[in-house]
Amino acid sequence: MILKKIDEKYSKEPSGAAVSSSRKDIHSESYLQTVWRRFKRHHLASVSLAVLVVVVGAALLAPVIAPYDPTEIAGPFAEPPSKKFWLGTDLIGRDVLSRLLYATRISLLVGVMATLISTVIGVILGLSAGYFGGAADMIIMRFTDMVMSFPYILLVLVAAAIFKPGLWNIILILGFVDWPGIARLVRGNVLNLRETNFVKSSIVAGMPLRHILFSEILPNTVAPILVYSTSVLALSILDEAALSFLGQGIQPPDASLGNMLNGAQSLTVLTSQPWLWIPPGVMIVVIVMAINFIGDALRDALDPNGGR
Amino acid sequence: MPHLLEVQDLTTVFAGDYGRNISVDHVSFHVDQGEVVCLVGESGCGKSVTSLSIMGLLGKGGAVIDGSVLFDSKELLNMPEKELDLIRGNELTMIFQDPLTSLNPVFTIGSQITESIRTHMPLSKEQAKKRAVELLTKVGMPDAENVFKKYPHTLSGGMRQRVMIAMALSCRPKLLIADEPTTALDVTIQAQIMKLLRELQQENDMSMILITHDIGLVANTADRVIVMYAGQIIEEASAEEIFAHPKHPYTQALLDTVPTIRDDADRKLRAIPGMVPENYDDITGCRFAERCPYRCDACSKPQADYDFGCGHRAKCVVAYERGMAGC
Repeated sequence: MILKKIDEKYSKEPSGAAVSSSRKDIHSESYLQTVWRRFKRHHLASVSLAVLVVVVGAALLAPVIAPYDPTEIAGPFAEPPSKKFWLGTDLIGRDVLSRLLYATRISLLVGVMATLISTVIGVILGLSAGYFGGAADMIIMRFTDMVMSFPYILLVLVAAAIFKPGLWNIILILGFVDWPGIARLVRGNVLNLRETNFVKSSIVAGMPLRHILFSEILPNTVAPILVYSTSVLALSILDEAALSFLGQGIQPPDASLGNMLNGAQSLTVLTSQPWLWIPPGVMIVVIVMAINFIGDALRDALDPNGGR
Repeated sequence: MPHLLEVQDLTTVFAGDYGRNISVDHVSFHVDQGEVVCLVGESGCGKSVTSLSIMGLLGKGGAVIDGSVLFDSKELLNMPEKELDLIRGNELTMIFQDPLTSLNPVFTIGSQITESIRTHMPLSKEQAKKRAVELLTKVGMPDAENVFKKYPHTLSGGMRQRVMIAMALSCRPKLLIADEPTTALDVTIQAQIMKLLRELQQENDMSMILITHDIGLVANTADRVIVMYAGQIIEEASAEEIFAHPKHPYTQALLDTVPTIRDDADRKLRAIPGMVPENYDDITGCRFAERCPYRCDACSKPQADYDFGCGHRAKCVVAYERGMAGC
């Protein structure tokens, strides 16, 4: 039964010369090529990647393609979408489309930078805790638990209140809050890797500690880190939105997806001016979903035991 | 001339649930230049721990509490990690049991070998690559240029062990410790790898400690054999001596377990009854006594190393008193 299924699966593949040539490729291809081939099999992720590329492209090109200055009053207040203003104007007459482009830019920047910071912190702490063990492990992991168990949103709010809200402060705050997951993940992997023969072989070969940590152990744990950091990326974009929605994030007149949603706190906007909150809302959902799908596919594609 | 490696009274303990367990108990032996010494014994008798203690690789919970390890007249125990790194890999190196996990899965064979060459030798990338291909050819790797670009998972166990040997030899070590280098391989590959190790050892006049539980493997390879049981060395002699005149009942029993080509069809292989005692550090007398067919009262007293002449020593009072001395 199972064999039959497998047969069917393979008979769907192009036959004859095409098969033999693709088989040949499998043996000579590099790791990245393998990953890319496996990634492409996830259709949802491929679509997500395309969407994300478009969104990121639009965000990067915002100064070129935005029809109006995002902070300037360009037309009448709260005008519904029209030919002149594709997504309408907001409560003080700024073009929503231009603001959306710039907001995406800021939100992505916050997400990426915060993820970078938390990944670097998490990796360094996780590596040292896992490799050195003992007291270092104890101190680092208890500190991690502490950060993890602290009411997250409250911590961010308090921090935002102390260090004036602003782009770089938001990035730093989110970056210093999102690392515990990565630190735990890395530590767990390092505990395993430390006992493997190739790490022992490197010690025996007299390799310096720096080499063992960063050139032997770290490359072996890059895949899970990459997968995890996609979810951190999605989370920090959401966190930025939440923070800005609460008024502690990016401050107007700068636009971010969160503070564009801010307007939806009023009931009139929510019920009768949907063009003010649907575009940023949809944008957040699209970005976060695309990132999560990509992360899922990456997990499969990077898995060394994933077969072909 | 002093010995290349001199181990004196090495005692290693591991922290257990109830205090500490002595897993290597006052072990002393030496290895000379160009000599192959085999450590034989069943699983859990302290062979690997002995080698890990020498390399300073004990890890968490393990510690050497007594003894000394002199390598090239330098004390290895208590040597700072930095100095140790200069010796490990250069003059003293080790290959492990399981070749499947001994190579880093995310790098190509080539990058791993050149890395280990360049750590110890001031060579350029090109030169290191040349040397790596040379080494791979030397360990009998067909098509070394091609293997250079491959990832470990595309090689078989035997191939990977060859790569490990090539890496270990990259800096012409004086002493190679091979911890069961062939257990994970099938028999024909085993024979090839052992032959290769022996050839390379003779070619480079290198010393080797070969750890194995397969006493059959020892016969063609070893110059001297050390039999370990329950954390102690119970017998030591030259290879011919130990196969011709085993003194300790445990060694005799070990030899009895090996099938030979001259056996009758109906010969049953003899197994040693019982198991290696747990917590063997509590036993004051002979640690094999419980499983020994020649047990007597004298066995409950601590056993000395009795000298049987010709460098043959064994920890068995019964054998000694029966006048088995002399060779």
